[in-house]
Amino acid sequence: MNNEGVDKSKRQFLTTALTVVGAVGTGYLAVPFLAQMQPSVKAMAAGAPVEVDISKMEPGQLLRVAWRGKPVWILNRTPEVLATLATLDSELRDPLSDESEQPPSSKNPVRSIKPEIFVAVGLCTHLGCSPTFRPEIAPNDLGEKWKGGFFCPCHGSWFDLAGRVYRGVPAPTNLVIPPYRFVTDTQLIIGEPTEEKTA
Amino acid sequence: MKSFITILLLLLTLSFGVRASEELKLQEANIDLADKASLLRGAEHFVAYCLGCHSAKHMRYLRIALDTGADEKTVLKDIAPEGASIYDQLHSAMNKHDAEKWFGTQPPDLSLIARSRGADWLYTYLKSYYIDPRSPTGVDNTVFEDTAMPNPLWQLQGEQHAEIRKTIWGEYTKLVLDEPGALSEREFDTFVNDMVNFLVYVGEPVQLERQRIGKYVIFFLLMFLVIAYLLKKEYWKDVH
Amino acid sequence: MKPSRLSECGNWVLDRFPLTKFWNEHMAHYYAPKNFNFFYFFGSLALLVLVIQIITGILLTMNYKPDAKLAFDSVEYIMRDVPWGWLVRYMHSTGASAFFIVIYLHMFRGLIYGSFKHPRELIWIFGMLLFVALMAEAFMGYLLPWGQMSYWGAQVIISLFSAIPVIGEELSLWIRGDYVVADATLNRFFAFHVIAVPLVLIMLVFMHIVALHEVGSNNPDGIEIKESKDPWGHPVDGIPFHPYYTVKDIVGVAVFLLFFATVIFYMPEMGGYFLEHANFIPADPMKTPEHIAPVWYFTPFYSILRAIPDKFAGVIAMGASIFVLFLLPWLDRCKVKSIRYRGGIFKKALLLFVVSFFGLGYLGTQPVTPTATIFARIFTAIYFGFFMLMPIYTRWEKTKPVPKTLTKLHSLEEQLHTLEEQLPALLDEITELKPMAAEIGHPAFKSSFFTRRPNTEGMRNVISRLAKKLKGSLD
Repeated sequence: MNNEGVDKSKRQFLTTALTVVGAVGTGYLAVPFLAQMQPSVKAMAAGAPVEVDISKMEPGQLLRVAWRGKPVWILNRTPEVLATLATLDSELRDPLSDESEQPPSSKNPVRSIKPEIFVAVGLCTHLGCSPTFRPEIAPNDLGEKWKGGFFCPCHGSWFDLAGRVYRGVPAPTNLVIPPYRFVTDTQLIIGEPTEEKTA
Repeated sequence: MKSFITILLLLLTLSFGVRASEELKLQEANIDLADKASLLRGAEHFVAYCLGCHSAKHMRYLRIALDTGADEKTVLKDIAPEGASIYDQLHSAMNKHDAEKWFGTQPPDLSLIARSRGADWLYTYLKSYYIDPRSPTGVDNTVFEDTAMPNPLWQLQGEQHAEIRKTIWGEYTKLVLDEPGALSEREFDTFVNDMVNFLVYVGEPVQLERQRIGKYVIFFLLMFLVIAYLLKKEYWKDVH
Repeated sequence: MKPSRLSECGNWVLDRFPLTKFWNEHMAHYYAPKNFNFFYFFGSLALLVLVIQIITGILLTMNYKPDAKLAFDSVEYIMRDVPWGWLVRYMHSTGASAFFIVIYLHMFRGLIYGSFKHPRELIWIFGMLLFVALMAEAFMGYLLPWGQMSYWGAQVIISLFSAIPVIGEELSLWIRGDYVVADATLNRFFAFHVIAVPLVLIMLVFMHIVALHEVGSNNPDGIEIKESKDPWGHPVDGIPFHPYYTVKDIVGVAVFLLFFATVIFYMPEMGGYFLEHANFIPADPMKTPEHIAPVWYFTPFYSILRAIPDKFAGVIAMGASIFVLFLLPWLDRCKVKSIRYRGGIFKKALLLFVVSFFGLGYLGTQPVTPTATIFARIFTAIYFGFFMLMPIYTRWEKTKPVPKTLTKLHSLEEQLHTLEEQLPALLDEITELKPMAAEIGHPAFKSSFFTRRPNTEGMRNVISRLAKKLKGSLD
């Protein structure tokens, strides 16, 4: 052993160089290792757009379909419901959906392309439970203020029948509206966006 | 002792010559996975001539589109059967029970056939059918005796019969074309080659990608090795 | 002040956790002999491969399905649909073979430099236990892809247990959990492969290293460096493991990874040795493939099994071929450790052993023929002869004097330099310079153009010199 005449700076440089190159290599190796936990092609295939036939839906009826494994609601809203929606703004946190997630075609007070047909992802924006559909007005358990809507049993969040969240509940934003488009008047595809008219 | 070792070393070399049986001479398939046109032709042939009975259930139409650079719509229109989705796997429409009734066995899935049999085997097999009245399907194969599969390509290739020829090295079977099919011999070779090329691709779709990435990995490791070696050399100056 | 905060925080941990002590004991103040050669890379490489296998293995379990109906397809799912699944799978399958290559070389190192001898017997025993656990791990892992080779290989090996008298049949039934290898077998092998055996492996690796660091590393000269110390109490021939062997092992790691990556990216099947062709056909309990062979790393032992014409005796022989390795520290009576100073008889015996090990390994990949069986029997006899006769031939071995301190390790540059000096002389000896034929060049240049022609006599001299050198190295 002889430590005399050691070029310390060279050692330091080489050590740093090797550490950097090694770290870059480890980083590159980590990419595939982490990426393999991403959804696989099989999951993507299951997440392919879903076609729904709504010709047999009656007013007030709720249809549930699975898209990407999530429940998606399709609700045929009656004119009465639409009328009620317009009166609720003062009780809602985000009535115009400025902070909520929806395709531009659904960013309106009733949150849909056609006012009567409402489409939303049926998962609470709080922690992901699926709210229950409670169209009745002022039932016993929910009290007088309930004007019909979706109620999340997990943590008690309230949404109206346009998926808009009430004030003073844990959920932060309105229900998510998935991209969807009408192929014909009675057939829609969930998962494909409506082509926007550039105006 | 020395001679004993010599004998042993000799034994070892000899033992490497121990082989089971003489293997059939296979014809060489010309595999080029970078030939996208050939892959697409092969895919088309596969769907037209094989998918009736055989699936390739580990392969998706989407993957064919991605890897060959073909448009998804083109793949659905030209290759996939009517009504298939781009995410669908290459499933045969044949019913399990029908298959057992007709062939006595279920046609195997072909996703990995090129990895278990090899390209040359497949290429030679598909070309080696001959008329054999004793066989229930009316044909037999020199590569795979008593094969349960009837010749799917006979209309293209034509009909062959087997002739035993004798030479000074022994006997061999020569297949002679009786009636030419819809394709000339050359066209038929290309046809089969495209199909085998596609099957090799289906066996491991990632092959080309893997080799492409490999270059970068090896280049990186070489760089790492050089720095590591310099560092080692620098530190080991201390050790005398 | 940021740095002092950070170091304060670090000190808070170090006051409560013996990290510094651990680092010094096993790295910075662990003195290793300074003349480790090529064979000494494989210990750290084995550790690296273990880590690779554990990480890739965990990733594989995320998508693999241990169910007879789903297993085969789930492997193909990993290869195609899972992002980068193919890379993870190939790393794991190549890692399995790499593990055995590294371990066999590591064991061979122990054999030639006497690392199994006093005072390192226990290290060898732990190492052998590791080897057995690794074989179990590899065997059970090989069933999981549920291909034809997986299935029939497992069927054959589990049936070995049925050869044991009285309890055999019941035992093999219990191992399988069914009358043949089936879903139950797959499911339990999965449990063993992913958690039970890896835990045992990690524990044994820990004990192997702790035992090694207690007595210190052996070296190519086979002398104890602890016996000559400098005034500060450090071995004269020792250097701290860190940084000297850490930087050296990193070079080894880089070279290993180069080979590893080449296999993964360019030849993952390794011509049917790392991934067998028949294993791309899903397991079919109704049809055995024409020729079943275990993966290459089991073939030497498999050959011994096949060489014995009796079922029970075959199983015993195969078991004994592994068990006898455990006894090595007590079979070898020679006091000298390293092959450098051992007698010719040991070198010759070792050469025979290596030849027969390779021979058995090759024969195990080939189908049985009468000739092959004869060869396998000869090799089996040599294999056991090497160990069984060892107490006799090592007792009166004529050893050479062992030096007091380590001999110098020639560095790579020095070796290349010597080669550079010797090559031209060698070239001159095996070839001769002849003037170029007159009709090719212009007459004026005739004398200045020469061509090299092979020189038969010179070649014969070189070969006989090499043979003499080889013979000399065996004395």
